[in-house]
Amino acid sequence: MLGNIQLLLQIPLLNVQLLLDGIFIGAIFALAAYGLALVWGVMNVKNLAQGDFVMMGGYIAWALSNPKYMGDYAVHPIVGLPVAIVLMFGFGWFIYRLIIRRLVGKDLFTTLLATFGLAIVLQQLLNQMFGPEVQVAESGFQTRTWGLLTVADIKFIAFVLMAILAAIVITFMKYSRMGQAIRATAQDPRAAKVMGIDTENVYAFTFALNAAICGAAGVLISMIWVIQPFFGLAYSIRCFVIVTAAGLGNLPGVIIAGLGLGVIEQYGGFVLGAEYQQAMVVSMLVLVLIVRQIQQSRQRQAVI
Amino acid sequence: MFKITKSLLALTASALIFTAGTASAKVEGDTIILGSAISFTGKYSTNGIHASNGYNLAVKVINKAGGVKVGGKSYKLKIQYYDDESTPARTAQLLERLIKQDGIQYMLGPYSSATTKAAAPVTEKYKIPMVEAEGASRSLFTQGYRYLFAVLSTSEQYLASSIGLAAELAKKAGKKPQDLTAALVFENDPFSLDVRAGVIDDLSKFGIKVVIDDKMPRDLADISATLTKVKAVKPDLLLISGHSKGAATAARQIKELRVQVPMIAMTHCESAKVIDKFGGATEGFLCPTQWAETLSYKDKMFGTAADYDKLFKKTYDGYKNVPYQSAQASAAVMVWKDAFERANSFDRLKLRDALAATNLKTFYGDIKFSKAGNNIAKPMVLRQIQKGKLNVVAPSKWASHPVDFPRMVKY
Repeated sequence: MLGNIQLLLQIPLLNVQLLLDGIFIGAIFALAAYGLALVWGVMNVKNLAQGDFVMMGGYIAWALSNPKYMGDYAVHPIVGLPVAIVLMFGFGWFIYRLIIRRLVGKDLFTTLLATFGLAIVLQQLLNQMFGPEVQVAESGFQTRTWGLLTVADIKFIAFVLMAILAAIVITFMKYSRMGQAIRATAQDPRAAKVMGIDTENVYAFTFALNAAICGAAGVLISMIWVIQPFFGLAYSIRCFVIVTAAGLGNLPGVIIAGLGLGVIEQYGGFVLGAEYQQAMVVSMLVLVLIVRQIQQSRQRQAVI
Repeated sequence: MFKITKSLLALTASALIFTAGTASAKVEGDTIILGSAISFTGKYSTNGIHASNGYNLAVKVINKAGGVKVGGKSYKLKIQYYDDESTPARTAQLLERLIKQDGIQYMLGPYSSATTKAAAPVTEKYKIPMVEAEGASRSLFTQGYRYLFAVLSTSEQYLASSIGLAAELAKKAGKKPQDLTAALVFENDPFSLDVRAGVIDDLSKFGIKVVIDDKMPRDLADISATLTKVKAVKPDLLLISGHSKGAATAARQIKELRVQVPMIAMTHCESAKVIDKFGGATEGFLCPTQWAETLSYKDKMFGTAADYDKLFKKTYDGYKNVPYQSAQASAAVMVWKDAFERANSFDRLKLRDALAATNLKTFYGDIKFSKAGNNIAKPMVLRQIQKGKLNVVAPSKWASHPVDFPRMVKY
């Protein structure tokens, strides 16, 4: 461990590499976490199937670029981004009508149990449809090198796309009718209803938007890492850590927490070894919860 | 009410008759029935199907060639399958069912080390011999099982040969093996840790120093931090094992980070299809395999390894390469045939002794069991990706091509 820290001090360029890798991948976590924050904040549903939505997006991109499914119409996996957004939006709406609708206003335990069940069903569905193998969608993009430093183009492109998507979502939430309705419902559903907002519609839209965002994140994950029907859980956990750290309805916080988590994972993996890379994520959650507990007890408020 | 009781009674009666009828199903007429609970669904389904295809092909070929001769009479082979859904607990249940309900006395193994680990205590309890072809974990052969026989090489041998190769190459170049350094990236699961144990043994034998020793969590699909470390430390050898996920992740990130290690060895190159997916960046990877169709093993039933390859592709559609999982499954059925004929009996205890004394040459390799039940006559072979093709480079007895060292990769 000390040797690894020494290495970082001796070759400062390694820090740049870890920072870049962490920030690029953290941007994707941040986006998926923002979706969770929305659903959590607006309708108080803690969605455990978040990571499985991410995997679904990944499989959409992979299937679109795979001649086995598309024949001669196979396209570059990046084309999957808009397709996944549209399909997952529809899917999110469908899941809302089918399941989530019945969970709004229910207690914590019910929502967790129902979305956990949903996660298992989605995993098995993906497994039945695409098989249990680990898959990758190949972007074919190049890698740029500067001496020891390497940046894969796909990671950079993913970062930019994430930034654009985030900007679109923020603008939408701020200025559109629906965005305003979502924020109003989040603040006080009853008042919103009195004001003539169709909250049922707002909930459905919010959940669908979340699924679409996750789908977009999944498309990029399939080109940067690997996808497998049962790998969703790791993303669900990351989303929960980020949202817990940042708090609900705090977009800048979510972005900073997401990027930070990415960087912490990279440093954890480098200094302590890959076996601690994920342990870092969970220990961050513990740390955040302790800090929050102390903060909130000072203000004499209930912990969320 | 009366009606229900009556029909219930009838049902129980018929069930009783049914069980009675099948209780002696080990040999029905002129058919010997083997049993197997194998993964047709769930996470092992792909390889489970490869394995059952191997079993079925061997049964077909043996039956066509006159079947199994016991006591001067020819018997046909048949396999009774159940789907274990890739869950070890289910495998154990289904084996109980095969043995107690279906009366099967001769077992073929399931797919994967995990399910085989669940199966072995059951077959052991009922003293039912089991020939398995798909459970490589070393821990299967340290429990003192007497009825378990495995035709494949155990997992600690998977990457060990690459270390011998590295030492050999170092000596040739006038360097001492002790001056070499190695980086290890292994998944934190029983299989990969077995592979790692074998690697550690061999590394210390040659005095090679381990400079990185990272263990990859099961859910992690990112080893870029570890590979960044590898780039900074510059080891001579990079050894990776973590199923298909580990191989796919490693190949992708080795390409992205342009890792320049002269020798890289990893398991599961083939099942992760790294050549198709990452092309030139995989040049020079060393991939261990249980079996390759280019090896010069042969037997009377299937001919050479290449003949088996041809026959398999002709029988089953959609195979570009014949997976070794299928080849070793076929070999397991051949071991059963050989044991029946040598024992000249259907008595399972006599068959166990006949299995223990197996000394067979097959297209898959030589088969001879140690006391613990693992096959000690067949080495793992090491193939290298050379210009997009997998060529056997070690051990030197079977090598068809010289090894490229350092690996000639152009990113």
